[in-house]
Amino acid sequence: MFEGSFENIPEIFRQIPLINIVQLATILFTIGVVGVLIRRNAIIILMSIELMLNAVNLLLIGFSAYNSDSHGQIFVFFIMAVAAAEVAVGLAIIVMIYRNIRTIDIGLFNKLRG
Amino acid sequence: MTLSLLITLIPLIPFAGFLVNGLGFRNIPKSMVPLIGTGASFLSFLCVFFTYLQFNGDPVIVKLFDWITVGSLNIGFTFQVDQLSLIMLFVITGVGTLIHGYSAGYMSHDSGFGKFFAYLNLFLFSMIILVLGGNYLMMFIGWEGVGLCSYLLIGFWNKNTGYADAARKAFIMNRVGDLGFLIGIFLIISTFGTVEYGEVFSKATSFAVGDAVITAITLSLFVGAMGKSAQIPLFTWLPDAMAGPTPVSALIHAATMVTSGIYMIVRSNVLYTLSPFTLEVVAWVGLATALLGAVIGLFQNDIKKVLAYSTVSQLGYMFIGLGVMAYSSGLFHVITHAFFKALLFLGAGSVIHAMSNDQDIRNMGGLWSRIKITAITFLIGTIAISGIPPFAGFFSKDEILAHTFEHNKLMWVLALAGSFLTAFYMFRLFFVTFTGKFRGTKEQEHHLHESPSSMTIPLMVLAGLSILGGFIGMPVIFHAPHYLNEFLSPVYEGSRAVLEGFGQVHLSHSTEWILMGASVAIALIAILLSYTIYGKGKKVPVTDQEVTGLQKVIYDKFYIDELYNALFVKPVMRLSSWLHSVLDNRVMGGIINGISGGIAETAGILRKLQTGNIGTYVWLITLGVVIFLGFSIGTEVWTSLKSISK
Repeated sequence: MFEGSFENIPEIFRQIPLINIVQLATILFTIGVVGVLIRRNAIIILMSIELMLNAVNLLLIGFSAYNSDSHGQIFVFFIMAVAAAEVAVGLAIIVMIYRNIRTIDIGLFNKLRG
Repeated sequence: MTLSLLITLIPLIPFAGFLVNGLGFRNIPKSMVPLIGTGASFLSFLCVFFTYLQFNGDPVIVKLFDWITVGSLNIGFTFQVDQLSLIMLFVITGVGTLIHGYSAGYMSHDSGFGKFFAYLNLFLFSMIILVLGGNYLMMFIGWEGVGLCSYLLIGFWNKNTGYADAARKAFIMNRVGDLGFLIGIFLIISTFGTVEYGEVFSKATSFAVGDAVITAITLSLFVGAMGKSAQIPLFTWLPDAMAGPTPVSALIHAATMVTSGIYMIVRSNVLYTLSPFTLEVVAWVGLATALLGAVIGLFQNDIKKVLAYSTVSQLGYMFIGLGVMAYSSGLFHVITHAFFKALLFLGAGSVIHAMSNDQDIRNMGGLWSRIKITAITFLIGTIAISGIPPFAGFFSKDEILAHTFEHNKLMWVLALAGSFLTAFYMFRLFFVTFTGKFRGTKEQEHHLHESPSSMTIPLMVLAGLSILGGFIGMPVIFHAPHYLNEFLSPVYEGSRAVLEGFGQVHLSHSTEWILMGASVAIALIAILLSYTIYGKGKKVPVTDQEVTGLQKVIYDKFYIDELYNALFVKPVMRLSSWLHSVLDNRVMGGIINGISGGIAETAGILRKLQTGNIGTYVWLITLGVVIFLGFSIGTEVWTSLKSISK
């Protein structure tokens, strides 16, 4: 994988094998998915979503470094900015829900039942 | 004012009257309603008059806009003013104005006063379109319009089921005729490629006499005339149409609408002249109708029914006239008939008004001294219809009879018999109603009164016209000019072109004197007979239960209604109810209900997916992602495994 460009990779990164980064990202992502699936607290769910996002960010940075291509890293900045905005909106929604029904348990948000 | 604007105003004014009265009759004060209605009619009459003054003998064609343009067919929204339409317009707006005025008195106690005048104006509009239209399609608009108004006005008192049924009967019977009329128009379009009168007639002159296509066209058009003008076999709606208010019977079912069939044939005289076969059919159908109407009229006891059958019979005479190619005579009879029959109907209305809405002549009698104006004018109308000179009916009927004599002697004898019956039953009606002793109830006798002047003035005007109207068409032997024939002469140019010797009378003067003497003598004998039985003899028609034998058959109108009922109505009803129960309810209903039921069922299952629980949704999303990922990865693995095994 990525042979021929190995010399361009900064020294510090050569210490860490790519497979480790992929494994870490997979673990983080799985934690995020499981968190979304099994937790009922809206804030925790939001945090889990952030975790998934960051797992993807990590992958992007890793591959971009090993590929000596800065596109991936620039992309990560965009994702962080968008994620920040999204969290702001998400938290605001949660605050409003809390004000209305005095809970942030998603099991009780069932007004749209068919 | 330019001529074209004037011509456009003729139909437009009654239409405006219809809109004002029709849309605003709840808000317009009751005193204004007849002013608007009658005023619109009268203004229209004035427009006709000024058009006549500016008319120089050549047809004036006013094209408002292109209406239908398809391929080479171009139908314009055109009006055509010529001698024929002017005469019809004079009759329609003139008699129409009088009847509007009369209605102001007759209908004054009715709650639907404004609605009534709105309908009358709409009728006037449609009728004007019918005679003023410059092509067959315009005529058809008017044709349908008057049918609609006739329906609305017959069923004016629609809370009475019988009246509403009569209205429906009239409408449906007219539909049968209208189909024939439509087919005629289609044939005209396919034959001539146009429906404009001028073009059709000039193209028709190149056809030979007896051409099959022309015969088909004229027969189809005549079917339309049968419906509208109440000829055998489509006449049974007209007597039932008497359910409408009496002014309606006078205007629509005596003076104007029912004569539109005659107008149509006179208008298409070129086509009819080209088809001797159709003319023969027209004449015999007219004769049969004239006799049948007269025979049924002999024993009717409802004052309006007698007049209705007399109308059917007189329309028959007009068709006899047309059938023997005496188009002018037919139209002449239309005019005089419009005068005296409108007079008779309005007189009958006045009698009914005086009798507190009783129409049975067996309850009347001795009304002569109680309602003198009505009685005198009614007598004038009766004399006019019986054909006693110098009243209007004599001249027109005599002209028709003379032409019939020239055409076919047998037909003449039968027509003369019909005029004997006419004089007899009309005077029977007169004597039973106006002479003898009053036979009604005490309350009716107490209530007896002459009608208000708004009703008697039209009666007097019409009586005057019934006396003088015949002088526009004096027989040749009186050495007086026949104004009507001279005026109408340009209308028959086409007929003269296709048939040598069209419109020439070969009767010698002595023969004509004899014919005239015969018809007057016949009428006088009938009146005398009627007088001895009902006048001097004071015989009163027996009650319904006592009617027996042949008289009962006639009294029940030869059971023609029952026959039609069994032949047409019942089978159609049975078919309809079968279609309703089987085809509609089971087949169509099954399919539609099955589809909608299936959708509802599926939706009922699927709606359970919408739990409203976010957790479930997230699980489902994840499941979906896993399935898709698994699928794509799985296929990847599968292909790589396959390539390894090779």
